[in-house]
Amino acid sequence: MTAAGAEAIAVALAGTGAEVRPAEPSDVVGGVLPSCVASPATVDQAAGVMAAAAGLDLAVVPRGSGDTISWGWPPARCDVVADLSGMDQVLEYAAGDLVVKVQAGVRLGQLAEILAEKGQRLALDGPPGVTVGGAVARNAAGPLRLRYGLPRDLLIGITIVRPDGALAHAGGKVVKNVAGYDLGKLFAGSQGTLGLIVETTFRLHPLPDLSAYVIEEYRESAAAAEAVLAAAASPLQPSAVELERARVGGPIRVATLLEGTPSGVSARAERMRTLLGRSAETMMAAPDWWGRTGEASPSGMTTVVAGGTLVRVAFWAAELRPVLDAIDTVAGEAGVAVSVGGSAGAGVLYALLAAGQDPGQVAVFVRALRAATGHAAGPDGGGLARGSVVVLTAPAAVLEAADPWGPVPSLGLMRAVKQQFDPGHLMSPGRGPGGI
Amino acid sequence: MGTPLAASPDNGAPTGACAALIPTLEGICGADHVISEPRELKTYECDGLTAHRTAPALVVLPEEAEQVAAIVRACAEAGVPFVARGSGTGLSGGALPRSDGVLIVTSRMRRVLEVDPRSRRAIVEPGVTNLAVSKAVEPYGFFYAPDPSSQVVCSVGGNVAENSGGAHCLKHGFTVHHVTGLEIVTPDGELTWLGDGTGVSPGYDLLGAFTGSEGTLGIVTKVVVKLTPLPEMVRTLLAAFESTSQGGTAVSGIIGAGIVPAAIEMMDALAIEAAEAAVHCNYPAGAGAVLVVELDGPASEVEAEAAAVRERCEQAGAGEIRSADDPADRARIWAGRKSAFAAVGRISPAYIVQDGVVPRTALSGILGRIAELSSAREGVRVANVFHAGDGNLHPLVLFDDRIEGAGEAAEEVSGAILDLCIEAGGSITGEHGVGVDKAKYMPKMFGPTDLDTMQFLRCAFNPRNLCNPGKVFPTPRLCGEVPGVRHGPPPAVAAGELEQF
Repeated sequence: MTAAGAEAIAVALAGTGAEVRPAEPSDVVGGVLPSCVASPATVDQAAGVMAAAAGLDLAVVPRGSGDTISWGWPPARCDVVADLSGMDQVLEYAAGDLVVKVQAGVRLGQLAEILAEKGQRLALDGPPGVTVGGAVARNAAGPLRLRYGLPRDLLIGITIVRPDGALAHAGGKVVKNVAGYDLGKLFAGSQGTLGLIVETTFRLHPLPDLSAYVIEEYRESAAAAEAVLAAAASPLQPSAVELERARVGGPIRVATLLEGTPSGVSARAERMRTLLGRSAETMMAAPDWWGRTGEASPSGMTTVVAGGTLVRVAFWAAELRPVLDAIDTVAGEAGVAVSVGGSAGAGVLYALLAAGQDPGQVAVFVRALRAATGHAAGPDGGGLARGSVVVLTAPAAVLEAADPWGPVPSLGLMRAVKQQFDPGHLMSPGRGPGGI
Repeated sequence: MGTPLAASPDNGAPTGACAALIPTLEGICGADHVISEPRELKTYECDGLTAHRTAPALVVLPEEAEQVAAIVRACAEAGVPFVARGSGTGLSGGALPRSDGVLIVTSRMRRVLEVDPRSRRAIVEPGVTNLAVSKAVEPYGFFYAPDPSSQVVCSVGGNVAENSGGAHCLKHGFTVHHVTGLEIVTPDGELTWLGDGTGVSPGYDLLGAFTGSEGTLGIVTKVVVKLTPLPEMVRTLLAAFESTSQGGTAVSGIIGAGIVPAAIEMMDALAIEAAEAAVHCNYPAGAGAVLVVELDGPASEVEAEAAAVRERCEQAGAGEIRSADDPADRARIWAGRKSAFAAVGRISPAYIVQDGVVPRTALSGILGRIAELSSAREGVRVANVFHAGDGNLHPLVLFDDRIEGAGEAAEEVSGAILDLCIEAGGSITGEHGVGVDKAKYMPKMFGPTDLDTMQFLRCAFNPRNLCNPGKVFPTPRLCGEVPGVRHGPPPAVAAGELEQF
């Protein structure tokens, strides 16, 4: 249901200077066909689009690369897709300050090339085609999270367009800055439900001179878990500690990434091999499974998921073995095939259930995994949850049978925040936890 | 209870709504832990920034989270403002009490509740000191990375409120990077958790937004912190230069070589002179600037990086370079730097500590402009101590408060330094916070819409503005309709457009 006719919408939005076209089937968002796609080229045009949309009571869903636009709950309404992929300018690159300010539509791959020329990087994994705005909006991270954190940890400044069309800034372009509330944190992971992210400023890191991967394989989850915990707690300063198990009951592969100076990395790799086990090997390139099962896979999310279900399991690292075992047991009981991978050292695993499996059984798996890991309901008395099981993407039939979010702490405060920023519920309505 | 608020009378005893709260608060915490005696209240009239002083109407010292919640509920019901305070070491008046309000002091909440070395997490109460966390986890081979210079006394709860950094935040990050869960009391007195300790909690990152909100969104009652493996090796280098601009060249060289040291600190000639007078730190004689560079990590990396740092310092013209690995020798190098703030007391009757940030590459230019500012003012000198790696300046504006007008002149210089920082694209505060002290500078850094939008967050958590009012923002925004917690399904669900599970 749209609040205004398609023609009226197109006219109002075109007045902003942004490119506007009627939506095509490929513009569908989670099964909902918008009326049109507006592609602003500037911050002012983006603000104009939002103001015009608000004036007509139109629901807006922001889009970057579009790779994950249909993940999670479908929007309750979607009149306009705000396509930011045309806002792809690097605005300010101060290599000496290790800071870069970019428009939200800049792609990770494009940015990486520019930064590499100065021997620097944004320490964020992801498919090269993903936009920085999308990466921030999802707060999606891969293997490097162990050392460098999530997009929210690298973001130092942000410009947003509010749902009413007003432009607002927070943070700045210096790393050390505690002036005012850090709205960047709030927008990181907000998944398009609070406003439009149009500009982002990041702190950068030097590209390491050398990277080495130390890899070992285990039969038992106990041994694999011990190796992961030992590596993550070691003073060898690994940048990542990853794990993959391609099938239930199959061997578990563990790999750690060491980055630094050539002499430093060689010495550390030797010691890491001793830590991981007798047959551990050192490789100078990432294994083919590196970061593959996750939400920031280098091969692109559409390829990785391919119509299947991707579940993120977060836990306190000491729980690694019980979590691995629970996934095994629950998959067996639900009769589904699951591959597992992720940043085990940082307490995050992903379960990937390939397409074509019975949606009812996939939903059974999700619910049973929540129960087995203690995240089926909020903790007693509103205590500390210590983890979550979230369905990032799944076929519609699965999402209908299992709440993708599960219990979310402080949902009341989240609703209050949404109400303040978006009282008309026009930004990606219904996509957040509890239908925010 | 619409009791009109009354300011304390001249004798300082609480009246009106606050006086009426005394029995309730005594019922919650016990009579021993409610302070209403004016002379005792005076102890709490300021934090580390003594320029702002207001005695609270009441002080209450709870021991449990539930007590904090009950106190806040009582204040909210009575419409009495309340302010949380940890150890009172803040430098922006962030914990400045209200004369018509209650000061909730968390210093009795100092238990380390849980250490989970396998998960690299600990749960502590807000009154635990920063250093006590590191001490509690050291036997397991870990430390708590944020290390504000007041770490011996400052509280973790205060660190969360201020998003504290420290000398080593260049490499290790700030409090917000090391806190993964917070139990808070909301401004209406509810206990709730933000985050779940993992760092990837579903939904909005309220934990990240809360950290650094300077006590305006609620009161922290438990903190889940990330533990960092103790570095295998720590090496501290001290390099002496003829000038700060030579030192700046060395810093650029180090950063350009792809090294991220744990800390890079610089002091100028006046700051060195003060430190020498105070602690006889024995820095190279006649140096116009000293650079302290600390490297930590695996031994093989530290060795390689130290060689590169030494080379860059030599290229930039360093006269003398010292290097230390063992804790006692490293402490000797740090002694001068760590004493700098207090040390200027030896060479000047009074001083203002400023906290501004510029893009690192703008440092040299800014230092020149600061020198111009102080030379244009009779009786004002500026000693510079700074975290050179991230452009965080701590100019110490020295003046003689016995001379009429000197204080005003120093204030002007101090404010003009902030203007320079903003002009250079920096910030009015890198780590001390806005508090009451810098609220008036916020409009210079942010536009009215920016400030209004930030206050959406304040309105969501603290719509009645009873929780630490008057901090951060120069003008409180009216929150309109109190949103609170919505009951019933969201509109989309109610309209049948979305199923709720």
